[in-house]
Amino acid sequence: MRKNLDIISAYSIMLGLIILVGFLQSWSMALSILCLCLISAVMTIGANIQWGYAGLINFGIMGYTALGGLAAVLVSVPPVREAWQVGGFNMILCAFLIVFMVFSIRFIIKKYNQSKKRSYGIAAIIIVGLILLRLISAPAIESIESVSPATTGFLGGMGLPILFSWIVGAFFAGALAYIIGKIALGLRADYLAIATLLISEIVIAVIKHEDWLARGVKNVIGLKRPVPYEVDLQTKEWFINLVEKFNQGTLNLITDASEKQELLKQLIIESSTVFVKLCFAGLFTVVVIILLIITQKALYSPWGRMMRAIRDNEEAANAMGKNVVKQHLLIFVLGSAIVGIAGAMMVTYDGLFTPGSYRPMRYTFLIWVMVIVGGSGNNFGAILGGFAVWFLWVEAAPIALFLINFFTSGLEETNAFRVHLVDSIPYFRFLMMGIGLLLIMRYRPKGILPEKIKHI
Amino acid sequence: MDFLNAIVLLLNYLFVPALSYGSQLALGAIFVSLIYGILRFAYFTAGDLMSFGTMFTILFTWYFQSLGINLGFLPTALLAMPFGIIVTILYVLVKDKLVFSYYRTQKSPPVMLAMVSIGTMFVTQAIVRIIIGPFDRRFFDGEKFILKANEFKEMTGLNEGLTIKSTQVITLLVTIIVVSILFWFLNKTKTGKSMRAYSDNEDLALLSGIDPKKVVMITWVIAAILATIGGALYGLDKSFKPFTYFNNMLPIFAAAIVGGIGNPFGAFLGGYVIAFSEILLTYAYKKFFVYLLPESLEPDGLLQLLSTDYKFAVSFSILVIVLLFRPSGIFKGKVL
Repeated sequence: MRKNLDIISAYSIMLGLIILVGFLQSWSMALSILCLCLISAVMTIGANIQWGYAGLINFGIMGYTALGGLAAVLVSVPPVREAWQVGGFNMILCAFLIVFMVFSIRFIIKKYNQSKKRSYGIAAIIIVGLILLRLISAPAIESIESVSPATTGFLGGMGLPILFSWIVGAFFAGALAYIIGKIALGLRADYLAIATLLISEIVIAVIKHEDWLARGVKNVIGLKRPVPYEVDLQTKEWFINLVEKFNQGTLNLITDASEKQELLKQLIIESSTVFVKLCFAGLFTVVVIILLIITQKALYSPWGRMMRAIRDNEEAANAMGKNVVKQHLLIFVLGSAIVGIAGAMMVTYDGLFTPGSYRPMRYTFLIWVMVIVGGSGNNFGAILGGFAVWFLWVEAAPIALFLINFFTSGLEETNAFRVHLVDSIPYFRFLMMGIGLLLIMRYRPKGILPEKIKHI
Repeated sequence: MDFLNAIVLLLNYLFVPALSYGSQLALGAIFVSLIYGILRFAYFTAGDLMSFGTMFTILFTWYFQSLGINLGFLPTALLAMPFGIIVTILYVLVKDKLVFSYYRTQKSPPVMLAMVSIGTMFVTQAIVRIIIGPFDRRFFDGEKFILKANEFKEMTGLNEGLTIKSTQVITLLVTIIVVSILFWFLNKTKTGKSMRAYSDNEDLALLSGIDPKKVVMITWVIAAILATIGGALYGLDKSFKPFTYFNNMLPIFAAAIVGGIGNPFGAFLGGYVIAFSEILLTYAYKKFFVYLLPESLEPDGLLQLLSTDYKFAVSFSILVIVLLFRPSGIFKGKVL
């Protein structure tokens, strides 16, 4: 207990802050902060596995998040039969062609020794394959996209419950990470950072512009939820009773029957949103706790010790017979898969998939700020970082408004300088993030909750 | 005649735009490469430093315009640029003193410095947005075209017009001047040579009495100059929007790595490699072949290798290919 005092106190402060938002602003607001904090926590767990355990820099978090989101669309949306009829065959043919290309290239690489002839052969396969792909897919894409473009215009998904997508998203992200890892993991740290950043941009470009896949920038809206809808809840008998019971005190104060009815209606509408968000928060908490238990177990297992050994001294670990390349690839895939889960969770929570909103600032760099501020190498630290940074990110605007009003209280309301500052409040969050990150890196480089290694 | 038309078409839509875009990227890539060579970390603030310099150039441009000062047919921004450069130099030096110097004395690993540069990226981005706002701004004044399509058609009697915007010529001229001064400085002067020595082998350079503080300071000054010029030229040519500048960081990094990071000359060429391949691969060649081929062979499609949506993706794919097959870049990196 004594040992974990810092963890417990840090988390209680965080929880207290969220509850404070509930009292000061609204419970719905507090719960949506909590939900996104939990999603951020999943992302930071993923990034922390890569950076904290193994020292790999992955600036491609945005790409995995988007793939997770894509999984949510592909799993939950019902299939568009018409589109499958007009273009499905060609698209499946394309998929087979890609698989064939990959296997033939692998075959050539295995079978023949490195030579100019081999390189030309591989290049020829790629070029011919790309031309064939283009020829087969172009008419199919056109016909798929012309199937009622205002509402569908894409192949649709599998029509399964969206919760499955959390697992599928992990597989998608893991598969991408496997490919990237094979290509880029041999690079030095900062090269790896830049390469992953750029590759994630390519992934976003593909998702944005391949409309047949997930409607691209036209967005997919109205994804099915795993939790009840507000409108349904408001008519349910048990929910109305629950709200009535919960607010007995306030309701009893009012004697007028019609006024009472009015207030009850209001309360039911308010509590239905809170209830839905509570359901989401519950689901997300389950995921975070499961991941936390697994990663914590892994950290203190022989495998975790090996990862730390590799991180701290690659050559020595190699000399001890540990396969550094293989372990790096493994941890790269695992961490990315966890980020993929978070991506699917985020789309599930929003109920819509908007490829245009994936920007490196929000989905890559902010997550890194979370990991570093929280404490890399320590799962509790990383999760706390996710909570604290997201909280600050959301609450930066009210804090900035308060500070501006405080410091410019000598100036008039209509003073041009003051008005300009108040207008640019949304950008103060960048300033706070930057200064926060710089201060933490300077004075507490290991984060708020630093890594603790149990020596046995 | 048709052949000439085809050539002019390519010049107009491919060569001239790619040349000016490439110059703007090259200026950015050179300073990223310099910082990588001498300070030894990936400088993620690159795009935002460019937007910072451009912002002050714009502010000074507005100030001069309000005073009624202008350069006639040249954009007023050219006059404002030196003042923008001075502010940017002050900014990077203050930033170095407050933030980066600590990590240098601590001998922190490069990764740490890259992370710190992400912190300064957030701060710079906030400053730019708070001062000038996130909106799209045009600050070009003066003569817009040097050669208009109609004039060219009349002059030569060709079907295709060739448009040359004055910003494109200014970009090219300024780039040539700045880059030649820079390479003269790096190769001929004593300070430049000491910078190259420091980049090559830090310990040896220190032993031979090179003052690291001076080398670092000069690197930052050069970075600020190049960032402001490159950014202002990009803004003149297209428009100024902080978000676009942040995004430009990515092709700039691609250019620096393709050219061999740490090698300014490589980075300079890398900028053009990226710009040309982006435009070459996403240009629709239909019209070009319509001119060249006889009517019976005329193509049906657009003859576009990739849709323009993938412009950025092209440069990144090139980067990935280069990293795979020649990790030190096309022109051997890590030698200044």
